[in-house]
Amino acid sequence: MAENAKLTKTEQIVVKFTGDSGDGMQLIGNQLTALAALDGNDVNSLPDYPSEIRAPAGTIAGVSGFQMCLGDHKVYTAGDAPDVLVAFNPAAVKHSSKFVKPGGMIITNADSFTEKAMEKVGYKSNPLEDGSLAGYDVKAIPMTTLVREALADMDMPNAAKDRCKNFFTMGVLCWLFDKDKNLVLNFIQEKFGPKAKKPLLQVAEANTKAFTAGLNYGETTIMFQERYTMGAAQIEKGLYRNITGNDASALAIAAAGAKSGLQPFIGSYPITPATDLLHYASEFKDLGLVTMQMEDEIAGICCAVGAACAGNLAFTTTSGPGLALKTEAAGMALILEVPLVIVNVQRGGPCTGLPTKTEQSDLLQSMFGRNGDSYMPIIAANSPADCFNACFQGAKIALKYRTPVIVLTDGYIGQGSCPWKVPKLEELEDLTPYVNFYKPEDHPGETYQPYKRNPETLARDWAIPGTKGCQHRIGTLEKDALTGAVSHDPMNHHIMTETRLKKVELVANDLPALEINGKESNKILVVSWGGTYGAVKGAVDRLIAEGKPVSGINLSWAWPFPKNLGDILSRFDKVLVPELNMGQLSLMLRAKYLVDVQSLSKVQGDPFREYEVIDKVNEMLGE
Amino acid sequence: MAELTKKDFASPAEVKWCPGCGDYAIMNAVREGMVQAGKPRDEVAIVSGIGCSSRFPYYMETYGFHTIHGRAAAIASGLKVANPKLDVWVISGDGDSTAIGGNHFIHAIRRNINLNYVLINNKIYGLTKGQYSPCSEMGQYSKTSPYGVIDYPMAPLKAAMGMGATFIARGLDAIPKLSEEITTRGVKHNGFSMMEIYANCVIYNDGAHKALTDKETGANHRIILRNGEKMIYGADNQLCLVQDGFGIKSANVADVAEGDILVHNEKDAALGALLAGMRPDAGLPIALGIIYADGSKKTYDQMVYEQIDAVKAKRGRTVQKVMEEGHTWTV
Ligand SMILES: Cc1ncc(C[n+]2csc(CCOP(=O)(O)OP(=O)(O)O)c2C)c(N)n1
Ligand code: SF4
Ligand SMILES: [Mg+2]
Repeated sequence: MAENAKLTKTEQIVVKFTGDSGDGMQLIGNQLTALAALDGNDVNSLPDYPSEIRAPAGTIAGVSGFQMCLGDHKVYTAGDAPDVLVAFNPAAVKHSSKFVKPGGMIITNADSFTEKAMEKVGYKSNPLEDGSLAGYDVKAIPMTTLVREALADMDMPNAAKDRCKNFFTMGVLCWLFDKDKNLVLNFIQEKFGPKAKKPLLQVAEANTKAFTAGLNYGETTIMFQERYTMGAAQIEKGLYRNITGNDASALAIAAAGAKSGLQPFIGSYPITPATDLLHYASEFKDLGLVTMQMEDEIAGICCAVGAACAGNLAFTTTSGPGLALKTEAAGMALILEVPLVIVNVQRGGPCTGLPTKTEQSDLLQSMFGRNGDSYMPIIAANSPADCFNACFQGAKIALKYRTPVIVLTDGYIGQGSCPWKVPKLEELEDLTPYVNFYKPEDHPGETYQPYKRNPETLARDWAIPGTKGCQHRIGTLEKDALTGAVSHDPMNHHIMTETRLKKVELVANDLPALEINGKESNKILVVSWGGTYGAVKGAVDRLIAEGKPVSGINLSWAWPFPKNLGDILSRFDKVLVPELNMGQLSLMLRAKYLVDVQSLSKVQGDPFREYEVIDKVNEMLGE
Repeated sequence: MAELTKKDFASPAEVKWCPGCGDYAIMNAVREGMVQAGKPRDEVAIVSGIGCSSRFPYYMETYGFHTIHGRAAAIASGLKVANPKLDVWVISGDGDSTAIGGNHFIHAIRRNINLNYVLINNKIYGLTKGQYSPCSEMGQYSKTSPYGVIDYPMAPLKAAMGMGATFIARGLDAIPKLSEEITTRGVKHNGFSMMEIYANCVIYNDGAHKALTDKETGANHRIILRNGEKMIYGADNQLCLVQDGFGIKSANVADVAEGDILVHNEKDAALGALLAGMRPDAGLPIALGIIYADGSKKTYDQMVYEQIDAVKAKRGRTVQKVMEEGHTWTV
């Protein structure tokens, strides 16, 4: 009996799930994330799925994964090497066991280790028996058998019973991590019970039984000598929700619509890993959010520009190759000087690249990927929850300066999830002051001039169609600096080009000064941007705790840079920029500040681990 | 306010098309359509792509957007959906619509967005100084086809019928009254009004439609359709259209029984598709006038808001409520 399995207090646990992509790894991962979060832990997670929806079952190519970290403190990433791997079949074991921490636990389904399944992935003998996993604490549980036994009296096909394996596993983990089983039982009821949107009573019963069987299995077998418990994390008070970056972005679009009083509008075309944003936003018809799924990305941005011209709050959402298609129309929004937010969920490139894998390699595309001198503000979200903030801020800047804005997120934060403190709508910034369409009644005796500007923001006077008596023509040819009429005058073009650049630089006035994590001046400064925030923050915190002469900053805006950035960079001997590309931000910092930035590049479809940053800093310190 | 006239729709900008360009007549027809529609000028928007013809909005005293090559249909779709109260016109060249913009063009038709779409077809790229377009004829000489075009031409109206168009019409710069009838009907049509108007390009494709415009023989190669009327044409009304299996053929009026002459029916989609595709090289006249019109199909812009209203009635959530959905907990 394992009733007296030792209960060990722990600060954080990293869990990875792997299995066939059809087996619902994201689902079970999300469930454990929700369970931990509901139990007061801080959580961060990262799904990892192959680009084929259903690659052949049981093959390495078909392995899908989900990694998460739960802690009794703020956790910034989905963790480094897993403490616990739950691998549902031989392919998953073969694929992922190498990532597990030495001595870590591997939980697997013993029933799946058939001759055929092992042969498929090239196991000559059974790894559960031949000692090849000797360095790990392997728990081979006959899951299929146990689940079928638990559901013996239920009238359903074995295939359906086998799908309850996930809840059986949840039962084992719930016990192993000392979580409150009622949270899961309630969840099953909410999702499938009589009060669910689509009640599936048999599924509810089967999952409940499988889950309970898993709990009992943990409790009654001698397989586990130890279980783990964890305190609640110190988290700001409030209502929380576990959220993916893509969902947070969708919510921000609806919220920005509500706070601006404008109809929110998304023109888009499906593309991984941005599609979930469009899926979620498409449900918001009752919030008055218009979504147009167009024939391609060009049409997506074009209809958004059209909607912006009509005075909607317009967004277009995409990922790398889609952003490439949108370039000309982004330039159109720029020269027309209408607000537009382009949300780009970056993925591995170039071209089709690694659709399901994360990367930060669209920074220079965002910066320079248009013809002409055509800068636009770029904001980068640093976590799933921060996507809300980034999209909302993007909308504000777009309106205030009448400019397209690029919001960069990436596959990691777009699909990863973390707890999000749900804001109160009334506490979010009021965006109506930035709308201020031109109304002739506010300007008696004046003739409307579409390119007359607000001296502070350089935002132009903007009368939308339907505004009485203000009909006018604008276009993508260069325009006269005041009237907006076509102008080929050489000096006018020079002035207009400068004005468009200046306007984007003025956005720096809206950016909060950068705060330094650690000493104000030091040997090494580690700069994170966007999705590298978590790993860098975690790494720098640990290095500081070890007394290393290291500080960190995080850039939320990749263009323009915050005003105090140059000054901060100059106060450090060395500057390190870890990024999921071959040194794109490094290039920009070097160009702008003439600082000898060192770049730590990683383009392996995977976010940074804290230890990678720590190792690099130690190397720079000569240790 | 006094009723507007065509002059009221002329902007102060100097018109820069070549003297003799077919676009002048078309602009005149569009102004007439706008007068007939009776909307104030500040509730009318024109979106164009890039091309000689796409300079159009600058010359019109309405809201105007001269955008990028080929994308006007997509931009106008967003504009119209964002504010369905506007009358939105698209002006686009044959290259703009059927080459670079082919994708947006067909999908806008398919969605039946309530746009007034004028495709100015001069069978050439005017602005870029004379290259052939997807609408150019086989064998046509141009700067990029010095030995003759070897691409088969595109039939925009036939393509439109394939996309489920609800209104197709064809005009000719040389018959201004007909163009005015078309724009007037087009703007009033509830749905996507596909108006192809043939224009001459005096510089790069002079005589683009001379088979139709020739004083003596032109009438033998074109038929002006009138709903409910027999399809008779020709300089002396000597020709007519009769059924030929599943198709149509031309015949001498004198040779057929009166009852065999086909009668035009705007609402007949199968007939519309046949008429749209008629070509002189198949011994058939080019169809002019309103070829097909059925305003009973719902428009996309209408359905967007019907759906929003329906979901509001059914779910009626607030942004706050949606933010608080899912797995939440309180710390
Ligand atoms: C992206 C892009 N590609 C090419 C061009 C060059 N271009 C401008 S107009 C045009 C063709 C215009 O032909 P059409 O649409 O028939 O208009 P027309 O000038 O005959 O009225 C081309 C190729 C452009 N402006 N933008
Ligand atoms: S080049 Fe041709 S299409 Fe262009 S303005 Fe001159 S005549 Fe008209
Ligand atoms: Mg043309």
